[in-house]
Amino acid sequence: MLELSGVNSYYTKAHILRDLGFSVQAGQVVSLLGRNGAGKTTTLKSIMQLVKPRSGSISFEGQSLTALPPHRVAKLGLGYVPEDRRIFTDLTILENLEVGRQPARDGVYEWTIDVLFDLFPNLKERRQNRGKALSGGEQQMLSIARTLMGNPKLLLLDEPSEGIAPVIVEQLAETILKLKAEGLPVLLSEQNMHFARIVADRAVIVEGGSVKYDGTFEDLDAQPEIRDTYLSV
Amino acid sequence: MNESANDAVLDVRGLSKSFGGVDAVVDVSFTLQRGELLALIGPNGAGKTTCFNMLMGQLKPSAGKVYLNGENITGMAPRRIWRKGVGRTFQITGTYSSMTVVENIQMALLSHHRKIYSMMGVAHRQYRDEAMQLLQLVGMQDQSERPCAILAYGDLKRLEIAIALSHEPTLLLMDEPTAGMAPQERIALMQLTADIVSEKNLSVLFTEHDMDVVFAHAHRVMVLNRGQLIANASVEEVRNDPQVQEVYLGGGTLFKEQGASHA
Amino acid sequence: MGLIVAQILTGLANAAALFLVASGLSLIFGVTRIVNFAHGSFYMLGAFIGYSLMQVLPGAIGFWSSVLLAGLLVGVIGVIVELCVLRPVYKAPELFQLVATFGVILVIQDLALMIWGAEDVLGPRAPGLKGIVRIMGEPVPKYDLALIAITPFVLFGLWYLISRTRVGILVRAATQDREMVGALGVNQAWLFTGVFFLGAALAGLGGAVQLPKGGADLLMDFNILAAIFVVVVIGGMGSLPGAYIAAVLISVLNVFGVAYLPQSTLVLMFVVMAVVLTIRPYGLLGREEVVGEHGQVGEPEQPIKPAGVKARIAVALLLLVLALLPLFGSKFATILATDIIIFCLFAASLHFLIGLGGLVSFGHAAFFGGGAYAAALLVSYVNAPMELAFLLAPLCAGMAAVIIGWLCIRLTGVYFAMLTLALAQLLWSLVFQWDEFTGGDDGMVDIWPAEWLSSTTAYFYFTMIVGIGGILFLRHVAHSPFGYALRASRDSARQAEATGINTKRVQWMAFSFAGAMAGVAGALFVFSKGSVFPVELEIARSFDGLIVVFLGGVKTLAGGVVGAAFLELVKDYLTRLEYWRLALGILIIIVVILAPNGIVGSIRKLAQRSGLVKNHYE
Repeated sequence: MLELSGVNSYYTKAHILRDLGFSVQAGQVVSLLGRNGAGKTTTLKSIMQLVKPRSGSISFEGQSLTALPPHRVAKLGLGYVPEDRRIFTDLTILENLEVGRQPARDGVYEWTIDVLFDLFPNLKERRQNRGKALSGGEQQMLSIARTLMGNPKLLLLDEPSEGIAPVIVEQLAETILKLKAEGLPVLLSEQNMHFARIVADRAVIVEGGSVKYDGTFEDLDAQPEIRDTYLSV
Repeated sequence: MNESANDAVLDVRGLSKSFGGVDAVVDVSFTLQRGELLALIGPNGAGKTTCFNMLMGQLKPSAGKVYLNGENITGMAPRRIWRKGVGRTFQITGTYSSMTVVENIQMALLSHHRKIYSMMGVAHRQYRDEAMQLLQLVGMQDQSERPCAILAYGDLKRLEIAIALSHEPTLLLMDEPTAGMAPQERIALMQLTADIVSEKNLSVLFTEHDMDVVFAHAHRVMVLNRGQLIANASVEEVRNDPQVQEVYLGGGTLFKEQGASHA
Repeated sequence: MGLIVAQILTGLANAAALFLVASGLSLIFGVTRIVNFAHGSFYMLGAFIGYSLMQVLPGAIGFWSSVLLAGLLVGVIGVIVELCVLRPVYKAPELFQLVATFGVILVIQDLALMIWGAEDVLGPRAPGLKGIVRIMGEPVPKYDLALIAITPFVLFGLWYLISRTRVGILVRAATQDREMVGALGVNQAWLFTGVFFLGAALAGLGGAVQLPKGGADLLMDFNILAAIFVVVVIGGMGSLPGAYIAAVLISVLNVFGVAYLPQSTLVLMFVVMAVVLTIRPYGLLGREEVVGEHGQVGEPEQPIKPAGVKARIAVALLLLVLALLPLFGSKFATILATDIIIFCLFAASLHFLIGLGGLVSFGHAAFFGGGAYAAALLVSYVNAPMELAFLLAPLCAGMAAVIIGWLCIRLTGVYFAMLTLALAQLLWSLVFQWDEFTGGDDGMVDIWPAEWLSSTTAYFYFTMIVGIGGILFLRHVAHSPFGYALRASRDSARQAEATGINTKRVQWMAFSFAGAMAGVAGALFVFSKGSVFPVELEIARSFDGLIVVFLGGVKTLAGGVVGAAFLELVKDYLTRLEYWRLALGILIIIVVILAPNGIVGSIRKLAQRSGLVKNHYE
């Protein structure tokens, strides 16, 4: 449903993505892996058009995303959860969710605040609290919930486990698996190999802005030289 | 001068902080010996950063004392604590983005030599050799003339360490030194830190979320939960402490997975 | 007792327009982070448009629909400004949009002059509300009571919109992180436009609703600007109730000031502001402004290096040509060149603060005018010889900067900017209202240089040596350890503090130093003209400095000087036209849109692209 090919993106003047290409199929959880600065975040930002690719094509369900402004990309059904959460700290949890709210979409699960509070009980307790009162883990939950309010067809998660206590990371993994069970495909970027292999069906290894490996984790285990070169866990 | 009884580099006694009635840090006491790498771990919101900010003078403690090499430094401004020989790196790097890599270190050296109010001479030419040596120490001498704004994240972290070492500190405080780095970079950065610690006989206190890093490099681990120290022991003991597992490490899939892949 | 009540009521009524305009400014700033200098112009347009509509629409219904229509039309004008002028420059470095809104001020001034003429317009009185009511024996206009009654409803409506509706939630979210709001599917471009509409409409309403009390004139744009900045800052940026309280406070105090201390009216407002900000640095109901990571736009600044041999030779040649000017140029050209050098020094001193320190001062004219007045006062009252006055003037300006800097430096960002503006206005109003000592509006005259500098040519060389010497000295300091410490304090105050740098003290010293250098420019100025008037201390002069710094390129060392030379030359040519403000305004807007990195910055970019200059980023 999401196709990238020959994407070249720049950040200020630095050439970050070089002819990057891969795809995400319906119902799949795909994890981008790679060291910091490899281009994972820029890949997700390029999909959202927060970084405008200079060349290459990015399409979602057959429609080209390049040249669309970010809000149009979101309207097409891409839900983006950024690396640093970027919740609105001066707004309450309920107001944060309201910002993310979009009309229902045909054939897509329709999220409501009640359903999301079942998924993230911590948020329910603190729904009138301002975002700044939340811990890092809770902010991550809120950021995901906020994006789900847009009833996305595909969820983009940038480094969800970064900076979060292992206990919370486990809960997060369960949540992503629940979303997958609801039929929501997810593209996430991760540095945490353990986390990625629990939640993802497929690994896409990015290095120097290009895809170096695209396949299952089992096949990856069979090619330790790739793993050691680009990940060296 | 020597008000503290023992010869620890850092001696923290009964440190507490409350914000509007909420206790963020409660009665934390510990010592740090010369040459020791001490990790401070715990869930988000446990009070690690509050602790750090009190040690470095960003926050004034509600109660308790901090002794550095026997001298009471409680409540001193950050810049004075720095002059006493404490270096610091930040969770989110703070470097001077409009300067080159080497100028970033020259700036710290100018401050160390108390030249910041001087309108004489050209800053770019002062303390250059010393700065280059520090860059060499962290392996960045090839990048000395690059603008700091275009460095990769891992390099910024290394640069920050070089800045923190510029006044030859006895103590280094590192707040999540490997946050945002890839596994391979994390190991390399902590190895570098460990090497510098043994070469310069420094003491390091660091917070960290990556248990691989903590278990591989820390000499001792402290666990903070809801503002209280619930463990202060060797890596092995902390790892097997049931209370620590419950509040922080978790007992589920992830941790086993982590252990398995390291076995 | 009755008199006091009546005065309080008058104050409350005066607060209505002030609150409307200030709340619009606050809204626009909150969402777009643009300090809209043109907000006073929207207010003026509201008054003029309202007036014209009232001529055609009869009766009470006509009056009130004229007020509403004026607001609506000004809102539409605001949208046009947003779409045509600001949208193209949102991606430009922070605060560059200031310059664009300044261009808008100039354009609107001349358009208003064309349409409504130079004569002041007397506002029609509101039908049905023409009389007075006696309250405790004192006459109170009915219209005042109507205004007092209406304002709380407007406040409540706005508050409800912002805090209770989806639009309000989106606006508040965009205030914090507009890119993220976009990524969540909200068309933030239209949100910006919408906010601009609302903000401009409120200003227009304010202008129209005060017509029966104040009428309309061509000076009302600048006249209200300082007041609404003060209201927004006292109330707290982004707080509507705060803006209301501040508007009432200022207006009521002003009424009492007029009655009991007529000499103090202008000063009073700024004293209140200084007191409030000293006690509550972020205003009555404001919260600390956190400089957002996501607010940063534009490329990072490039490292600086002392000029190379080629550049030095080029500058030396340029100076040589300049030095030959009196030999082959006219007397007029020599005077113009003197003016330009003086203005360049003033701009360079401000650029030192903004470009290196990130300290955007809106009140730098205080030190330029301060230096000029110090010299003039010394000459007039102590009969000081010109040489002595010339030496002491920068010291006096520097002392003023030490005091003002001490008050301001604790604040950051827009609060810093506003407080510098307020304190500069305080100085201006002192000079303006203290007739006996400063000559007030009539200024101080007969301040001529010493005998040996009395010829135009001699004074030109004197200006060249002192002025260009000053500019080169500022440039040298930028490369000195102090200049680096100043940049370090701006780039990462946290790291600087953690490595022993007292950032606030460094900034305070830089502020004082820049003030003293502006004082040098002021001293050069007063002896070249032989006179000085309060206008040299005014907001407009401070803005001149700001405009050229940004126009020239804030992220380049030469930006201030080049911008100043450019603007002075252009002004010299354009002021010969009848509608020169219109032409200058349009020119500024065009430069802003075409050269978003400033003149020097954009030329450097072109040179880098064509390979003439090395780019650090490739």
